[in-house]
Order: sequence, then C-alpha cells, then structure tokens
Amino acid sequence: MSYFDIYLKYKDLPFVDIFSALTDYDVESAIESNRQGIKQLLTLISPQAENHLEPMAQKAHVKTLNNFGKTIQLYTPMYLSNYCQNQCAYCGFNSQNDLPRKKLSLKEVEEEAKLISSTGLDHILILTGESPGDSPLSYIKDCIKVLNKYFSSISIEIYALSEDEYAQLIREGIDGLTIYQETYDREIYDRVHKAGPKKDYLFRLDAPERAAEQGIRCINIGALLGLADWRKDIFFTALHAQYLQDKFTEVEMGISIPRLRPHQGHFKVANYINTRNMAQIITALRIFMPRLGIILSTRESSQLRDSLLPLGITRMSAGSSTAVGGRIMGSEDGSNLHQFDISDNRSVDEIKVMLATRGYQPVLKDWMHI
Amino acid sequence: MSDQLIIGGKQINNRLFIGTGKFSSYALMRDALEAAKPDVVTVSLRRVDIGSKTDNILDYIPKNCIVMPNTSGARTADEAVRIARLARVSGSSNWIKIEVIQDNKYLLPDNLETLKATEILVKEGFIVLPYISPDLSMARRLADAGASAVMPLGSPIGSNRGVKTRELIEILVREIKIPVIVDAGLGRPSQACECMEIGCAAVLVNTAIAVSADPVNTAQAFVEGVRAGRRVYLAGITEDENQARASSPLTGFLRDNES
Repeated sequence: MSYFDIYLKYKDLPFVDIFSALTDYDVESAIESNRQGIKQLLTLISPQAENHLEPMAQKAHVKTLNNFGKTIQLYTPMYLSNYCQNQCAYCGFNSQNDLPRKKLSLKEVEEEAKLISSTGLDHILILTGESPGDSPLSYIKDCIKVLNKYFSSISIEIYALSEDEYAQLIREGIDGLTIYQETYDREIYDRVHKAGPKKDYLFRLDAPERAAEQGIRCINIGALLGLADWRKDIFFTALHAQYLQDKFTEVEMGISIPRLRPHQGHFKVANYINTRNMAQIITALRIFMPRLGIILSTRESSQLRDSLLPLGITRMSAGSSTAVGGRIMGSEDGSNLHQFDISDNRSVDEIKVMLATRGYQPVLKDWMHI
Repeated sequence: MSDQLIIGGKQINNRLFIGTGKFSSYALMRDALEAAKPDVVTVSLRRVDIGSKTDNILDYIPKNCIVMPNTSGARTADEAVRIARLARVSGSSNWIKIEVIQDNKYLLPDNLETLKATEILVKEGFIVLPYISPDLSMARRLADAGASAVMPLGSPIGSNRGVKTRELIEILVREIKIPVIVDAGLGRPSQACECMEIGCAAVLVNTAIAVSADPVNTAQAFVEGVRAGRRVYLAGITEDENQARASSPLTGFLRDNES
C-alpha cells in the first residue's frame, strides 16, 4: 500500500460535476463539521466555497489558536549547492540554465551557519540540487555534522532518497523532511520534469513514507501551485498529508503552499493562484486537518504574508536567501545564483517585530538534539 | 483549616498550575503569571534555549515558581527519558511532567510508554508527574512506580471542552492515593471549578489562558474558579436530587405486615 493507490482511487473523480452540484448549505455544513472527510475537503476547496471565505477564516483562526496558540515558528533555508542534473521547467537550477554553479565548502557552510545563528534562528532547512557527483550523501552528512553545532533542528529539502539513506541522515541529526511532489498530475509532472532522476514520479511520491518508516520527526509536503489545477493539487496534497498522518501517527505533518514565481527559466505559469485562492487554501487545509503545520515562505510578499498569517499559518521562513552562499557572498556576488526570487526581504529582527505587533510570539527554538 | 497539598516535598498553596506555551509574548506570559501567582508552571523543554542570553523563557517566570519541564515532543519512553535528563542539566528543577505522545492528531498520551518512562525517571530521583488518559489500572501502576501525582486529561489538549472524562476522573480521585491533577481541555474557570468540586487536587491550564484576549484577567478568574471549587469540596457539596421519586411509598408494606 502506497499513497499512489489512494491517488489512483480518486484521480478520475468528476471534480467539475461535484463542485457544480454543491450548495451554500453544503459549504456551511462542511465548515462546521466535526467529521472532516473527502466530501468536506472537496467542498472547502470548491469554487462554491469562495463565497464563504470569511466564515472559513473565522473557523480556521480559532482552530489554529487552540492548537498552536499565538505563536509562529521561524526557520531559514540554506542552499548548499546548485549543481543539478534535473531539467525542471520551472526551476532556476535547471541543468540547461546557464548560471554559475557553486557548492559550499565545509568552511563556507560553517561561515554561513555562524551568520544565520547570530540572527537568533535555530531551525534550518538545507537544500541542494540533485547531483550525485557534486552533492552526494556523504557531502550532506558532512554538512549536517557542521550544522549540528549551530542549530537545534535541521531539516532537508533535497532529492528523494532511499529508505537506508534517510536512516543515515536521521542518525546524523536531521529531524525534518521537506519534499514537494510539485504536482500530483502525472502527465503534467512528466511534461515539466523533462529529464533527470526527478522524472521518477513514484520514487518521489513515496519518499516521505520511506523517511517516516525510518522515524523522521517532521514531514512537510506540498505542490508547486500553478503547475496544474490548484484545486486538484491541493486535494491530493491534503489527502497525502492525511494518509501519512494516519499511517505514521507520531509524525508532525506540515504542508507548504509555494506559488510559482518568476525565475530564470522563463516558465509560463498556466494556472495562476490569486490571493483569494491562497486564503481559501489555507483555511480549507486548517479546517480539514486542525493540527497540520502550514508553512508560508518568503516567496510571498511581506504584505500578503502578514495578511494570511492569522488564517492558519504556523511556520514562516525569515531572513531567507535562495542563493548558494547568499549570506557570506553578499547580494552582488550571489544575485545570479538563486533558485527563485524572494518577495519578502525582511530581516529576522523585522519579522520578529512584525509578529509581535500582530500579537504573535516568534518561536525560534522548538526542538533539540536528544 | 489545614488543607495542604504536598508534592515532591513542596507545599503547594495555589492549586492552579499554568502552562507557558501559546502566549503571544513572554512579557504577557509573565504578566499573567504574576497576576495568578501559581506555585507550579510547566515549560516545554523543546522551547527552552538554554544558552540564549536574550529571550530565554525561564527569565520571564517568577523566581518563586516551581518550574516543571515537560517532555513535549517525546514519542517513546526512551525519548521522554532523554528529554528529562536534558531538563535536569538545564537546571530548572528535578520535577518532570512526562508527556509521551504518539498521536499527533489528537495529542492523546501513550499510557504504556508513559509508565515505562516513569519507572526509569523515579529511580533517577525525579519528581514525576505523568500526563495520562484517565485509566484506573494505569494510574495504580504509576502510583506504585513512584509517580508524585497523575495528570489525567479532561479532554484533548487545546479543545476547551471541559471535563468530558469526569466519570473516569472521579474514580481516580476515589481510588488513587496520590494527587489527581486534571491537565488539558479546560476552557473556562467553571470547568476548573468542576474539577476541584469532585475532589481533584489541582488543575493545569494553558491554552484557555494563553490565547484569551486578556490572559491576565483570565488567569485570575481561573484562580478564583479553582479556589471556589476546592472550598466547596472541603465544605461538602450537596448531592444532586436529580432522580424522580416513586409516587407511592416503596416500603409501606413494612407497616402493613407488622405483627
């Protein structure tokens, strides 16, 4: 049994017909229901529910407060390497893109770690492109050894690994895995992942499960919103999260909601997600899974991040750079090495002040090596 | 009137314990604690930055409070034990609230793993207060293992639903020799009062205070609710007269048949 079986079961649902049959009463019932299932999820993400965003937001806000309190956990990404064999149409690290390639030396990892740590951040997410020659598992392990000295929690957002490889990294000290399926639509997945190991849809789909089998503490999944019909991708992301939570009850599940942004590959966004859609996605996810971590990154503008905050967000990145060595090189040298553009360029201190102003406690540390 | 609650050799005067997660700021948490004057506060060790010179949560807790770290995040007895040992090194106290949760949907505790951790930590000299689903057999085992109290949940963490487990908690209060402290699910002072009326030794409240629009007043209201409940428990509350009486006497035959 894999999540793929569940995907197959629902992939041909007549979404359009289901949505068009929904009434206002169905939406109101779904918002209030204590038994959140497939029907409620479909209702909450439907076009019909767009007329009910305020009651959805009110419900989502209360559920978030009761489950997470007035706190937001902060983390920051650190890019280790942008060498990549994949040809993802939407990504700046695409192997066909003519951009300077760089991999941090362990000394540079330590320098960058010191800079990040000095801002007070204590949770770090490390990222690499997929290139066994340039960023093999042994290199990731060496980086984790360095980072363990500076951070209470280390998560990875790297290429999909085997179960044994996840076990090795967990032993080394990581506690979180972020891996996006990008889109659950297999045809679109195949089209936008033109070449490289990432073309293997199933190996990626089952990656969170392999990490969970080895005892990873936190799993964060997501779809890159804009690649396909967002309602379907959010539906399958939410079902994926529920499947993992049911099977691995001890795991802290999270969903990120990255929206496609301008980038180097000049990829045309087919299904743009507007602000109302973002609000609907966050509130629907919160009502569907009250204990779900919901993550909003610096891809989004400061104004939008601040506005979406009370609808259900529990984690935010701060002081981000999407360039390899972006912090130690400064913006000029690092400006053409990045994966995607950042919209929210506020410093960690500025984010902390914003949170305090809005009545939220920034949580810098929420785990430790035990 | 002597009404002493002694746990771990310490006299507890305020029977409202307060949890420190979920507040919008440490400063507001401190204000609420200063207003409510709890003797015992819980802190998640996962949130404590031991080396931090600024923004250390422990600096915002009044000095006269007993700081009871909890093992939030532990999924097994082994993880709870390791977190407890780290807590002791951090120097907060040798009290530990054991939380072992393998269920991230409802945050319901794993009683069996909790018992295993209790057995180990009591032997290591900790004052152990385990968070449990209310279960008589387990509570007995925990008491035998040397737990200083048991902390059954009233309803799931953060649910504000009150003492939904009342029948089971009343049994624990009657049968268990160590203090019964209701932890989790209390959303209103009246619910805290209810726990005390049925004879619980104390209650622990976090979410309802922390996410209230006015944590200072809410914390004080909980103190008053707890005090009122304790007082009427000691005074002896009149039982409900909630069952209908039979309309004709049931023992009338006794007189008729006297001979």
